Amino acid sequence: MDIRRAPPSRAASGGVEPRFRQVGFVTAAEPARGPVAPAAASPTASDGLSPVMIPPPLIPVPAPASESLMPSSPPPASSYLLEVVSDLDDYADDDDIDVSWARPPPPALPEPNKRDLTETKNEHAPTSVAQKPKLSKAERRAIQESQRAAKAAAKEAGLKPTAMASDASTKISKQPKTAKTSLKKVVNQVNPPVASDKKTGERPPDKDRKKDIPQPRMQFDDAHRVVKAKKRSVVSQSEARNRVELFRHLPQYAHGTQLPDLESKFLQPDLMHPSVYKVGLQYLSGDISGGNARCIAMLLAFRDAINDYSMPAEKILNRDLTAKISSYVSFLIECRPLSISMGNAIRFLKNRITKLPLALSESEAKVSLQSDIDRFINEKIIVADKVIVSHAVTKIRDDDVLLTFGSASVVEMIFDHARELGKKFRVVVVDSRPNHEGQRLLRRLVAKGISCTYTHINAVSYIMQEVTRVFLGASSVLSNGTVYSRVGTASVAMVAHAFGVPVLVCCEAYKFHERVQLDSICFNELGDPDAISRVPRDESLSHLKNWAENENLHLLNLKYDITPSDYVSMLITDYGMLPPTSVPVIVIGSTDVDHLIIVVGFKFLPARIAVLTVHRTGHGTRAHMCTYAKSKAVYQQLMFSVFGSPSENSIFGIRRMADW
Amino acid sequence: MPDVQPLVSDFVLKLKRRKVEGSHAVARQTAELLRSVVSQHRMGSSANQAAALADAVRAVGEQLIAANPIELAVGNIVRRVLHIIKEEDISSTAVGIEGLSVTVDSDGEYDSEHDDRPALSAAVLAAHARNALRAPSLQTLLEDIPVSPAISRTASSTGDSDGKSKSAGDKSSTRKLKHDVIAAIGDLIDEIDSCYEPISEQAVELIHQNEVILTLGRSRTVKEFLYAAKEKKRSFRVFVAEGAPRYQGHVLAKELVEKGVQTTVITDSAVFAMISRVNMVIVGAHAIMANGGVIAPVGMNMVALAAQRHAVPFVVVAGSHKLCPLYPHNPEVLLNELKSPSDLLDFGEFSDCMNFSTQDGSPLLNVVNPTFDYVPPKLVSLFITDTGGHSPSYMYRLIAEYYSADDLVVRRKATS
Repeated sequence: MDIRRAPPSRAASGGVEPRFRQVGFVTAAEPARGPVAPAAASPTASDGLSPVMIPPPLIPVPAPASESLMPSSPPPASSYLLEVVSDLDDYADDDDIDVSWARPPPPALPEPNKRDLTETKNEHAPTSVAQKPKLSKAERRAIQESQRAAKAAAKEAGLKPTAMASDASTKISKQPKTAKTSLKKVVNQVNPPVASDKKTGERPPDKDRKKDIPQPRMQFDDAHRVVKAKKRSVVSQSEARNRVELFRHLPQYAHGTQLPDLESKFLQPDLMHPSVYKVGLQYLSGDISGGNARCIAMLLAFRDAINDYSMPAEKILNRDLTAKISSYVSFLIECRPLSISMGNAIRFLKNRITKLPLALSESEAKVSLQSDIDRFINEKIIVADKVIVSHAVTKIRDDDVLLTFGSASVVEMIFDHARELGKKFRVVVVDSRPNHEGQRLLRRLVAKGISCTYTHINAVSYIMQEVTRVFLGASSVLSNGTVYSRVGTASVAMVAHAFGVPVLVCCEAYKFHERVQLDSICFNELGDPDAISRVPRDESLSHLKNWAENENLHLLNLKYDITPSDYVSMLITDYGMLPPTSVPVIVIGSTDVDHLIIVVGFKFLPARIAVLTVHRTGHGTRAHMCTYAKSKAVYQQLMFSVFGSPSENSIFGIRRMADW
Repeated sequence: MPDVQPLVSDFVLKLKRRKVEGSHAVARQTAELLRSVVSQHRMGSSANQAAALADAVRAVGEQLIAANPIELAVGNIVRRVLHIIKEEDISSTAVGIEGLSVTVDSDGEYDSEHDDRPALSAAVLAAHARNALRAPSLQTLLEDIPVSPAISRTASSTGDSDGKSKSAGDKSSTRKLKHDVIAAIGDLIDEIDSCYEPISEQAVELIHQNEVILTLGRSRTVKEFLYAAKEKKRSFRVFVAEGAPRYQGHVLAKELVEKGVQTTVITDSAVFAMISRVNMVIVGAHAIMANGGVIAPVGMNMVALAAQRHAVPFVVVAGSHKLCPLYPHNPEVLLNELKSPSDLLDFGEFSDCMNFSTQDGSPLLNVVNPTFDYVPPKLVSLFITDTGGHSPSYMYRLIAEYYSADDLVVRRKATS
């Protein structure tokens, strides 16, 4: 068994300990945790910045962390947490549950006992039972061939287990199926209660793993698939005229043409739940915008729908409800394409539905799902925002000039909170056409008595000279560290970068996504082109009234863009503050990295941030440095505190870091 | 001078009220005004006619520049006219020498050796004088082959011959000077009007088939440039950033579409997103400074940074009247103009936020609406002017061809 996750520790922490895993900088409010922390924290505690966070690795954590991290955690959190704990007890590993929040169901970390079995009974298949990622055809073929080659080699070598082992360890994911199935049998025999649960709760791990690599998105330049999709669609839309050539792969519909069709559908209640319908219309009209607002509205609508759901006879709840939710989702997509955060929330919900134990009655299942939704909204959005605010506020000093672009809900909360703390600062609101979201933010900020400067995005180079910090919101953070956000964010970050102003991107971790994207064209959302031809106030300036008449003229209303990670000084998430290079630690690393990410902060300078990720694999502990090394002594100290003693591994780690 | 004064004050008023805007219109009208100033100028019988004329121009120029210091084209044209006066003055003295040589000629035809030397020396003198004003360029190198001994000889004889010619035909020479200056200013006006032609001629060399071009706002030079490429049967696509809050990009898009150019209007915020698919950025400028920096419509710095990030060539097209011989200092602030906030915010909508009596008297809400952006020379790949393509580091040299160094500060001399 893995001692680090001994049952008593989980009980003590209320089952939430890893959920508020410390990644990156955390605010100074954090009390020293565990016996090792004070020593390590000493070098940096003096400048009031983040102390070195070293979760004691070998000793069970008493973890007051989660409570202290969210100072104003709302009361309902604890009440249902108990429920969660009982729920979690079915699982051998609560980390599994935690991880399944935001991203696709993880490949269910090999349970410790399973691992032990693996190691004893099947020497050449150490940790990889579950790690069968979804592969493309070519990859699969390559793997098969390599397996065949390996088998042949093994035969030739006359059954040398050692050779086989080394082979397997290099290609961890390439497992002979036989080994896996035999192993499963063993597990089932040894651990019957878990096995019975497995059927319903834990889906076969490799199936889960398949979802790990995001499905290719619908490409709208594929005529065949578009026709198919149209047949399925609930709402008929007419395509926009003068489609932009470069964006043929994205849906370009004429804005508002869905509306009459939607109105006629309103009287068919069996088709769509009224709450879902309402939310869809709100998306369409733009009444609800912004990642968090849209996500919460969708989840609440689903919650209503689940509440009113009654299972038809002769159907399985899991399947039927999943299908139902899928149909709702496709309806919402037709109103407005999903944001990445909504996609994550839907994956969470579907995952919860499929994991419902069969034994549960319908009403129990409904209650459980509704509480899951509540919990997601609360923990992943509301509390996460509070944590982000508490981190970000530490980066605001008196007499700062803070620039923000558009209207991000979490950035607004940061400004509010900083004002409540009595900090003296000024805000520059940069706005862009055609939505003018910034005007609404401006109005709210001015009403609260915050001194504001308003300008448009073209003037950002003019105003940047007086700015000391840039706070930006994000729609998503992709695993290569790029920030996917409202269009214009990249320009603002670029200008800030050129002027040497730090750019802080605030984003809840549930919006992270393992997809990667290099430019803003491959995936995006197109808004209503007519919005561009409309010029506010001055009638004499509108020259493009009848733009659609000329086939050479296109209007492009892009909704999102990609900010390269080198423009971002720091990401502020509910896991802490971290450089954008460490995003994969949260996104991908959450499956095989044990929550031991250690950050050394000297000053607020990205060049001096060091992120140390410690992997614990079946073979031992490996340390991995993400960013820059400052001094060898600090790392030695770190390694000692992480590993307790300078073991061979840790010395190896130090040497490698010294090389860097 | 009483005749021109109303004209001058009228134009000053127009400049102050920003009734005339845009470097082309301003440059043209300034040149026309100065032409009338010169033509109305009564030539006195003083020894230094050219200096008096230059002073008159300088006096008017000073007023015009003060009226709208942001319109750098005013100052450019005033300096150009001063330069013209100086040039004409020198060439008229050269002509005087030529006349003198002709008289020498008639005196003694037989002396062949003596014959061609003064005539040659006059031509060389003119070339030399031009060289003194203009920088040595490839053109001047090729067209004038100086004969070095002749120069030294004539240089010594200039002093007395000058005095002779002055005394000889005083009245006619002043009239000739004035006439020449007026003709030269006329040429300048023509040049301003037709500066698009030599620029757009270069379009085919820079735009090739299936290129994607991005531009921001509207510039007539850019429009003509793209038209020229289109007329040469090049097919290309143009992304036009609309250039809020003036939305000049919409006008440009409309004009381009009329010529059959495939045009896509994008918001200014989408520039970074789109620039990865763009092959070239072609923009106009408000003024080009001596260090190669560009004063351009607001938002241009953002475009230039994005272009640099994606290694997209950033080409500035501008007529020579936009070349400014000044070096910028803090141009984002000093060479900028803040427009009315009503472009950005609806006063009616935000009237409750614009309460100036809050707290310590300072308003809670500021609205910033600048007109220009400064693009530093390192972000510019190429300048296309009517004399060809130049790199930013060469601009100071190009500018030296158009202006004389002592005119950089247009101010009446205290002595005169």
